[in-house]
Amino acid sequence: MAGPMVEIRWHARGGQGAKTAAMFLAEAVLDKGKFGQGFPEYGPERRGAPVRGYTRIADAPIRRHCSVEEPDIVIVLDSTLLESKSAGVTAGTSADTVFLINTSESPEAIGKRLDVDGAKVYTVDATQIALDSFGRSIPNMPMVGALLVVEELMTIDELKIALAKRFSQKFSQAIVDGNVTAVERAYKELRSA
Amino acid sequence: MSLKKASELTEGGIITEAGNASEYKTGDWRTFVPEFVVENCIQCLFCWIYCPDSAIAVDLSGEKPEVTGIILEHCKGCGICAAECPPVKKGKAALVMVREAK
Amino acid sequence: MAQNLVALAGNEAVAYAFKQARPHVGSAFPITPQTEMMHKFAEFVANGEVDTEMILVESEHSAMSAAIGSAAAGARTFTATSSAGFALMWEMVYVAASLRLPINMALVNRALSGNINIHCDHSDSMGGRDSGWIQVFCENAQESYDTALMNFRISEHMDVRLPAMTNYDGFIISHTEDALYLLDDDTAYDFIGPYQAKYALLDVENPITVGPLDLTDYYFEHKWSQMEAQKRVFPVAREVMSEFGELTGRSYDFFEEYRLDDADLVMVVLGSSAGTTKDVIDEYRDKGVKVGLLKLRLFRPFPVAEIVKVLAGRKAIAVLDRSASFGGFGGPVFTEIRSALYRQEQTPIHNWIYGLGGRDYDLKQVAEVIEKLQQIAAGEELQEVNLLGIRL
Repeated sequence: MAGPMVEIRWHARGGQGAKTAAMFLAEAVLDKGKFGQGFPEYGPERRGAPVRGYTRIADAPIRRHCSVEEPDIVIVLDSTLLESKSAGVTAGTSADTVFLINTSESPEAIGKRLDVDGAKVYTVDATQIALDSFGRSIPNMPMVGALLVVEELMTIDELKIALAKRFSQKFSQAIVDGNVTAVERAYKELRSA
Repeated sequence: MSLKKASELTEGGIITEAGNASEYKTGDWRTFVPEFVVENCIQCLFCWIYCPDSAIAVDLSGEKPEVTGIILEHCKGCGICAAECPPVKKGKAALVMVREAK
Repeated sequence: MAQNLVALAGNEAVAYAFKQARPHVGSAFPITPQTEMMHKFAEFVANGEVDTEMILVESEHSAMSAAIGSAAAGARTFTATSSAGFALMWEMVYVAASLRLPINMALVNRALSGNINIHCDHSDSMGGRDSGWIQVFCENAQESYDTALMNFRISEHMDVRLPAMTNYDGFIISHTEDALYLLDDDTAYDFIGPYQAKYALLDVENPITVGPLDLTDYYFEHKWSQMEAQKRVFPVAREVMSEFGELTGRSYDFFEEYRLDDADLVMVVLGSSAGTTKDVIDEYRDKGVKVGLLKLRLFRPFPVAEIVKVLAGRKAIAVLDRSASFGGFGGPVFTEIRSALYRQEQTPIHNWIYGLGGRDYDLKQVAEVIEKLQQIAAGEELQEVNLLGIRL
């Protein structure tokens, strides 16, 4: 593998936008001169079922096409998945893995629930931020905002531009604006935490 | 008949010569042959319409088309023309099937 | 030349290539994981970005039938399918090749049932390997896009006139957002060029008959002409790939050799698995293990002479098949490679069948094969046909 690569694994429930986020991020990093790869794990597509998504980011074209088994970063959009054996949030993780969890709980409390020694845990209440910003409990984009605190893939302003560009093809201006507000708030909340 | 070699064929078996069925002679297939009795013919052209092998000779040069006989190299002797020929003069049909001497 | 770096899923990338070819007609029926490819193309048509007559048929048998009618009429034609859809096309797949109609098809590889499974393996396309189509397998979105463009040129070449399949792995490529370079529309179209029909039903000045009864007197000779046309794919594909390389800077060949020059141990794979394999080969190279990869792109026609030249004299070869040949001796790629090398000095060639129904082909599995290859090269007698990544 030429150059370093960041491997991200997303855990969520169907409908929370893990697929959108995983693929969005892969596209957004292009403007930073990096190569991205994003894909979800496809299965029976049911709202509420545990799902996974994957994002890889590297300086060179990404060659491997397997799922992320030893993630650098684990992002959990629904904290009820922490105790789910089938979701496998901690599978393949090491002491270097960073966990970014959507929850109102503290990193310490989540660390205990994860049951991983010395886990690096960041938490942000992305659901509340999403509800406040655009009135729907879809926490994917605020989690991308928070991710920038954990891994400096781009500046928050660059993210906002990329988000507005991508979302305006598909969503109303209100939803676009709400998501832009949400990513910024999640970023700021986690940075000052 | 000598068959063409593989290298002499069009790709995909496409046939590029239009209307080449007339080159395929089927006149030696028959046992019975229609005999054309010109004096009984009312020129209704039913035989020409029904013939499955386009074996009825028609003269188109006059004011009206006129049946002139049978194209024997294509006629298979099926007898449809004789069956359809209207018996306007009882017992005097214009097409009569007869056993062909071979 | 300037090329645009974008992120697209494989299906979007191939739809883009098909759009740039400006086909006169497309006919397709949706099936996972091909659906987004034809959705994307239909969107191009709806937006007026391409002037294609898009025929939304009621089944894949009809999709291929409509494509055949269209191509016979004299139109540049494409279709796309996966898995069971390809199976339903079956008799018409053969007709397309027999009539020498250069139809281009995206075959988004998916397991052929049962039980029902929507994920990738190569059982669909391997079923069609004897149908007379050109078959190219692709590693990622970039290669799928490039191959789709090149396949128009190769299949429509007057020396070839055969239908061509661009194979890319369902979900693993079709649904993965991946970075790739796109040509601008005019450059891509200029590379492919306008369509020239050899025989066209709509050419009323030169009437033809297509698909006449073909029995014991001529059928065999027509099959010979298909065999010969497949052989002529080699020089044509070389020429097209070389021209594409000059245009884009991305060179392709019948197969890609990765760290193969001095390799004692060789893995042979098709499709998206090649990239995963390369990453692990790099790790083993760092440890001093002389292992390399032959990524086969062109499966039909099978480039036997070139493969023999590259694989002869190696210490051990592993051929990976993403499809099974039930009751046969190993998978289809294995039997082909092994048969090709029959006259060479005895290189052990082993087979691993893997990834059926989309089972993840991960880094550990590549490592497992390389470890086994080392044992085989050291003289150990191991089983010839094996399964990889399965619970037994």
